[in-house]
Order: sequence, then C-alpha cells, then structure tokens
Amino acid sequence: MKPTDTSNPDYFHKVVDCQWACPAHTDVPLYIRLIAQGRFGDAYIENRKSNVFPGILGRVCDRPCEPACRRGRVDEKPVAICRLKRVASDHREDITDRLPTGPAKGNGKKVALIGCGCASLTVANDLRPLGYEVTIFEALDTTGGLMRTNIPRFRLPPEVLDEEINYIIDMGVELKLNHRIESMKDLLDSGEFDAVFVGTGAPRGKNLEIPGRYDSERIHIGIDWLESVAFEHIEKIGKRVLIIGVGNTAMDCCRTSLRLGATDVKVMARKPRGFFKASHWELEDAEEENVDILVNHSPKEFVIEDGKLVGMTFELMEYVVDEDGRIDRGTVVDQTTIPCDDVILAIGQDNAFPWIERDIGIEFNQWDCPVVDETTMMCTREGVFFGGDSAFGPKNIIWAVAHGHEAAISIHKYCQGEDVATRMPMGINLLSQKMGMHEWSYSNYFDPAERRIMPHVELKERFKKLDIEVELGFTAEQTILEVERCLNCDIQTVFAANLCIECDACIDICPVNCLTITHNGDEADLRTRLSAPAENPEQGLYVSAELPHTARVMVKDEDICVHCGLCAERCPTGAWDMQKSQVLIPYAEDEAAEAQPEKTGVSAA
Amino acid sequence: MSYIAKPSVSHPSVRKNKLGLTSRDYEGAVSTLCAGCGHDSVTAAIIQAVFDLDIEPHMLAKMSGIGCSSKTPAYFVQQSHGFNSVHGRMPSVTTGANTANRHLTYIGVSGDGDSLSIGVGQFVHAIRRNLNMCYIIENNGVYGLTKGQFSASADIGSKPKKGLPNQQEPIDPVSTALSLGATYIARSFSGDKAQLVPLIKGALLHKGFSLVDIISPCVTFNDHEGSTKSYAHTRQFYNHVVDVDYIAPFETITADYEQGSAMPVTMHDGSKIMLRKIEADYDPTSRAGAFKYLRERFNAGEIVTGLLYIDDERKEMHDLMGNVDTPFAELPMQSLRPPKGELKKILKTYR
Repeated sequence: MKPTDTSNPDYFHKVVDCQWACPAHTDVPLYIRLIAQGRFGDAYIENRKSNVFPGILGRVCDRPCEPACRRGRVDEKPVAICRLKRVASDHREDITDRLPTGPAKGNGKKVALIGCGCASLTVANDLRPLGYEVTIFEALDTTGGLMRTNIPRFRLPPEVLDEEINYIIDMGVELKLNHRIESMKDLLDSGEFDAVFVGTGAPRGKNLEIPGRYDSERIHIGIDWLESVAFEHIEKIGKRVLIIGVGNTAMDCCRTSLRLGATDVKVMARKPRGFFKASHWELEDAEEENVDILVNHSPKEFVIEDGKLVGMTFELMEYVVDEDGRIDRGTVVDQTTIPCDDVILAIGQDNAFPWIERDIGIEFNQWDCPVVDETTMMCTREGVFFGGDSAFGPKNIIWAVAHGHEAAISIHKYCQGEDVATRMPMGINLLSQKMGMHEWSYSNYFDPAERRIMPHVELKERFKKLDIEVELGFTAEQTILEVERCLNCDIQTVFAANLCIECDACIDICPVNCLTITHNGDEADLRTRLSAPAENPEQGLYVSAELPHTARVMVKDEDICVHCGLCAERCPTGAWDMQKSQVLIPYAEDEAAEAQPEKTGVSAA
Repeated sequence: MSYIAKPSVSHPSVRKNKLGLTSRDYEGAVSTLCAGCGHDSVTAAIIQAVFDLDIEPHMLAKMSGIGCSSKTPAYFVQQSHGFNSVHGRMPSVTTGANTANRHLTYIGVSGDGDSLSIGVGQFVHAIRRNLNMCYIIENNGVYGLTKGQFSASADIGSKPKKGLPNQQEPIDPVSTALSLGATYIARSFSGDKAQLVPLIKGALLHKGFSLVDIISPCVTFNDHEGSTKSYAHTRQFYNHVVDVDYIAPFETITADYEQGSAMPVTMHDGSKIMLRKIEADYDPTSRAGAFKYLRERFNAGEIVTGLLYIDDERKEMHDLMGNVDTPFAELPMQSLRPPKGELKKILKTYR
C-alpha cells in the first residue's frame, strides 16, 4: 500500500466514527470532554455550531453517531452520545450572549423560507447574521414543523422547542404564521425574494388501501393523528388500539395512545424483528410501556360490523432470510382477526408538493420529488433550494440541519453572484496533546464502565398526563461515568516514519494489538498479516512510509484502537504522537469571511 | 514509564489457549524501564511463548538477580512464582529451587552484568550442572541501571555515549556456554520476535540448561552510532543461521521444508522443534563446528543468530545425580530427615 495520505481531511475525520456518521459532523469527543470538565455552556455552544438544536436533538435525535461509535466495537454498547448532549443542554449556564446575533445592517438580500421546521430554521440561523432579510412562511399557527406536531410532548417538551427556536427567530427573522404558500409560481413571480428555500417536510402519511378503509372514522393516519393530538383536537382513543407499521412514528403513536386512554395497544409488524424501521431504543421505550409488538402480520382488511370498526384481519406470513440477510416477499400461511376499537396507520410518509406548479422550471422525478443537487441543495430552477424531508424524502432532524447548513452556503453564494458549486473544502487541524513526559491533555485511561441507563419516570406516573417527559436526564454520577466511556477518537495517533527505530515498544504495549511492523503488501494481503486480523473493511489501515532501518512499514488498523496513547507514551523517539484533530467544516459565515477577508467581523459575531 | 495501567480491554478476536487464558492473562505490571528498551520486547516474547505453550502460571518460576534485565520478571505472568535474588546469584537460587521441586518450569532472566560480570562464576557452574532451566540473557553491553558503563559483553572498539571506546575482550555467552557443555544454545534479537518466540519455546521445553542470549539494545545508553549493540548495528550485521519452528504435540507438520535443511527434535512433552538451517553447511549438533563457525563470523563482524547448538541426549542435573522425582514439599518428613542411625550407616561407607 502507498503511505496513507493524512493531509486528506477525510482520513482522520473517518477515525472519529461518531463525527463522521453525523450528517452535521458534530465534534462529539470535544463536547463530551467539555462536559467532563463541567463546561456545559461551552459544550452546548460547540453542539449548536453544527447541529443548531442541542436541547431538541439531545432528546429525539435519530443518533446515527451511536451505532457508529467505536466503543460499540470494543464493548457491547456505544457511548450514550445523545443523552450527554442533553446533559450539556440541561445544565448549561446562560449562553444567550454567546449566540449569533442579527446584523447591525442588512445586506439588502431577501430570502423566503417555506415551512418553519428544522431545515428552514437552520438556514435562518446561518443567513440572518450575515445580513440577509429572512422571512419564514408557516402554514400552521406555531413553529417547529414536524418536531412539534409529530413528536409527542412526553419525549420533547414544548419549552425546549420554543427556547431553541426563539434563539433563531430573535435574531430578527420575520415569521409569518398561518401563512400557507399556495403557489410557488406566485411567490417567485412576486420578485420579492432573491432566493427561496423549501423546508416543508414530508407531510403526507401513507394510506393503506384495503377493504373497509373508508367505512369507519376510527381509522387514523399516524402523523395527522399525532398532529391533532399535539393541537389538542383529539383527547381520547378507544381501549384497544392497533398500530400498523413499526417505524418511529408507530412508536410515538402507540405510546401516545396509552396516554389517551388505551389499555391494550398492539403494534402490528409485517416483517420479523431485525427488519423493523424503528430505532431499537424507541422500540425498547415502547415495550417498557407494555406495548405488544406482533410480527409477521400483514394487514388484509378492516372488519366493520353495523358501520362500526370491530377488528382487523391479518395474513400470517412466513419469510425466508438468505445468507446476506435479505428477506423474501414471504408466503401467507394463515390468517387471523384481532379485535380493536381504533387503528392508526403509521406505514411511512410521502412528500407532497401540490403547491408547486410543474411548469416553472422545477423538475420532479419519478417519485414526484424535486430533483435536488445533493451538495448545493439547489433544484433545477436557479435560486430555489430544498432541504430536510422535502428534498430527498423522510430522513430525520439531524439530516435536515445538515441540509440547512449546505443550503445556507448555496443561498449566500447565489445571492452574492458566486458559483454555487464552488465551495470551500473541509480542512483538518492537528495539535499535539503532549503535556509532559507521560502526560496528555486528555483523559487517556480506558474506563471499563458499562453504558449508563437513562432513568425514566415510573410507569404509573407517566400516563397521568400527556406531557410528562419520560426521560429524566442523566444524574451527575451517571454523567461522570458516561463521559469517561468516550474513547477520544479525535485524539489521533500520528506517526512519523523517519523517527522510528523499530524497537517494537508500541506494538508490545498496545492493549488491542492494532499495530504491526511488517513488509508492505496490497491491502487485502496486509489485512491478514497484522498482529490481530483487520476484518472490518469499513475502517482504514494507516500505513507509514518505509522505515529507515529495514524498509518495512508500520501499519495501524484503526478499527479497535482505544486511543489510550500508550504507543506514544512508550515511543522513545516520539515517532508516535497523540494529536487532536479538529475537522474544519465550512459554514455560510466562513464562505462570507473568505470572500471578504476585510469584513471578518461578521464571522466573529 | 507510564502513569496509566495497560487498559484491560482487548481485541475482540483475542485467542485463548488450552487453559482458556488469553495472552493478556500472562502479562505483569506495566514496565518501568525506559521507553523503547529491548527488554520490554523480550518480555513480550516470553509472554507469547508461555501463552502458546499453555503453561499454567502457578507452574512457572521466574528467577532473576539485579539489573534492568532482572526487573523484567515483574512484567510477565503475574500469577507465577518469582524470586528476585542477590546480584549475580540467580543461578544458585534457581539450583536450590529446582532441587526442591523439579516439576516447575524455571525461567531465569539475567543481563550481561548480572551473568557475565558479577555472576559469571554462578553462570558457568549452572551450565556445568546442566540445570534444567531456560536462562535468558538480555544483553545490551552496558550497565544501564548505573548509567551506561561498559559491561563484560561490550565489543572491542564499541564507543560509549561519552568517553573512550572499549579495549577489553568481550565475554561471549554463547561461546562460553558451548565450551562448558550447555545443551541448548541460542542467540537472538529483541527486535525479531518471529525468530525469538520459537527459540524461547524450545528453551522452555528443553530438558537441561538452555541459554538464550538476546541482543536487547539499551535505548538510553547504548543505541548511538558507534555502538555495536544498537538497534541499527544489530540489524545491519544480523545473520540468521538456524531458525526453529515450534510444532505442538499432535500437530502435523504442514510447512514444506527443503530436503536436508530441516532437522526435527522431539521434546519431552511430545512437541517438536524443527530446526531450519539457513546456512546449509552449519551443523547445530557439532560443538567443534559451531565454535569454528562462530569465531569466523565474529571476526567478520557478523552477529550470528538462531539455535546454534543442541544436544538432547546429555542428562540434566537431577538425572545425573539420581534425585527423587517428588518435590521435597510433598515428601514425608522421615524421608527428608533420615534418623541418626541412617546417617551413621552412610558415613561408614566413606571410612
């Protein structure tokens, strides 16, 4: 193999699994260390830079970081990254004076944001400080979009939403509630705005066209039903409820039902466990509340007697799963009818753009989604941008935030007459963490503690009201242990081949056998010849230049390294060093500062 | 020296031996030697060898004297027996221990100072007795613990960090052991575990005195230009002569060996060590031939490594003396302390 090119920012970024997996690239190890130092405000601000809504995401993020977390490969369970984010949010001091502020003077450019969800709010957050006049159009009478209407209050209290949304609105964003945009053409033709951003989500719940569907009013569409509950238009439900589908919306529906009077709630899954769409922690939380999850039940028809919904018939399925873990279409082996009073359909969401005319230069693809560039977030009509669920279909909040940041860069460049596709690259900074002979600036000890379990409100208590937040947040004791579980993957092992005397000290001390000095070969060959087999192709091999004494190479398998720093500590020549990597992620303000270096004051704001 | 203990976490693919232990279970305290010391690599090689041989920790005795090398038994197999003896007196203490219990595996770790200077008398007599032990010399040519004065193994012309080059003849432990009749004599290098680990395994299994002389560079006082025991010098003049492969009992030989170059030696537990001659004409069973070869290559400046001599027929100490097999601790008191009458009878035979 050729020596690893560590000047490519992606190399060390990829070692920080959580940050790499996060669509918004939140610097997780950094904020966890800040929490460990009791610097909750700093941790909050660090989070906010990339993910804008730490308090919200610390409760309801889909957490792509956690399945990626290295700790999950070393131990059984990853670091409770998401819950630590909430710790930063819950315990932060007053940070309002550190938030970005609206400009003293506008730059004369006007931007319309359609929908007041997380994507639009992120765009506003990035553009308003640069001087843009930002107007958000929202069809409902409140902010937050699906975060407010579809996530139940017992998971995400409205105060948390309001606080973080108002941080943005208070920068001087014009908010037009109860203002549904009925025609994109009219909006564009008005010529009022220099750019338009669409962040309208995926607001249409999928329907289930089977016999009986329209013969009862007790059959609900999940996201519409959740919205009605959020706005208190629905306050009760029958005793026996069936939820169709087993995604995260289904989890919210079943748990909400329990708080509206249901006592027997069944989640009906078409496929077996392992093929559920819901995050496993959301499944756990639902099952803790005694929700039954029935697998291999495929809906056949609604049973209506005398105009009343009395049950639902399902086909019982059997599936074959092949070696690669793929499941077949299944065969029907039997059928069963389950009695119920209400059915909630939670089988997915679609985008819906009835308000965008198809002849105004905005192309739609075969799924009736707009054609959007994945980097610039611009559609086929210049000056119109999409983000969040409305861009590429339903994802989650953190993806919407990531889209928002990218769209903000594009909108800025578009409005300044720059090429939207020419963007600042990511960068990386490395800084040695050596403080003395055997002293590092980070806590390098490997703490074998297990993942802390989030304390919950007692089952009996939590059903009393709809808005009792179930998760209590980590205690101080739990936080102290959980932060130490982080392996500090951003403290990189950096190797200087010219200094190595091949004494093997690093190899001998490495607790996880990730280092080898050997003769070079191609990657497939090298992976089999290391101190421990490198069987995870997702993780890179760090290959040095030829070593001075023997022309062999140092190879490090990044997979299981616990970043304890002992290789660097035992190295007599300083060939290994522990260096903190900081991924430099460009935001709209950086693009602005780059373009007008004399006005860097804007970026510092 | 490290302020944190080696983390308890291991690689998920970590292997277990027949006892259900991992190599991590054979570790000791974290080394307090200088970072980069060759001795730490020897420690790692010993851990690997003892782990691979499925040695029960409580059946291993680690013996040492004084010096950097003699600190190292603290760094491997924490749950075994250990004796850190007086300077240079490890061979005598081991003789005593081995006399009392021949069922343990004895591994002595010594240095060039401990064995070739202050302890040279002890060293040579342990060889003469053919004491059943694995005797490791971590040989770096200097007294590291007293800041780098030349030891008895320093080569003529080798330069110290400061001061004048060495002028005195070195004592070569390999030639010394050969002249005294040691039955397993090897030399290796701390930076070459592929060669070293099987050599240590063979030494642990060999019945009789096995010497493994290991060039183990002193990274602080003897790793500079002009030193003949530095990492760079050792690598430059390194010459493999006879390497060995360890073949566990009941394991079949799978590697292809070139006709005439391979020589299997069966150990007492049924395992084999396969001697692989890299130098085709070299005969590792000929004392005279070994002498000649070693001297010639030494004169040419080479560092000859591998299993340089083996004699698996000569009896070890217990067999020479006809000692009882049972450990003393398990013998009844009347056997250990015969009555007065018996003593008189024995004395009579000498009158």
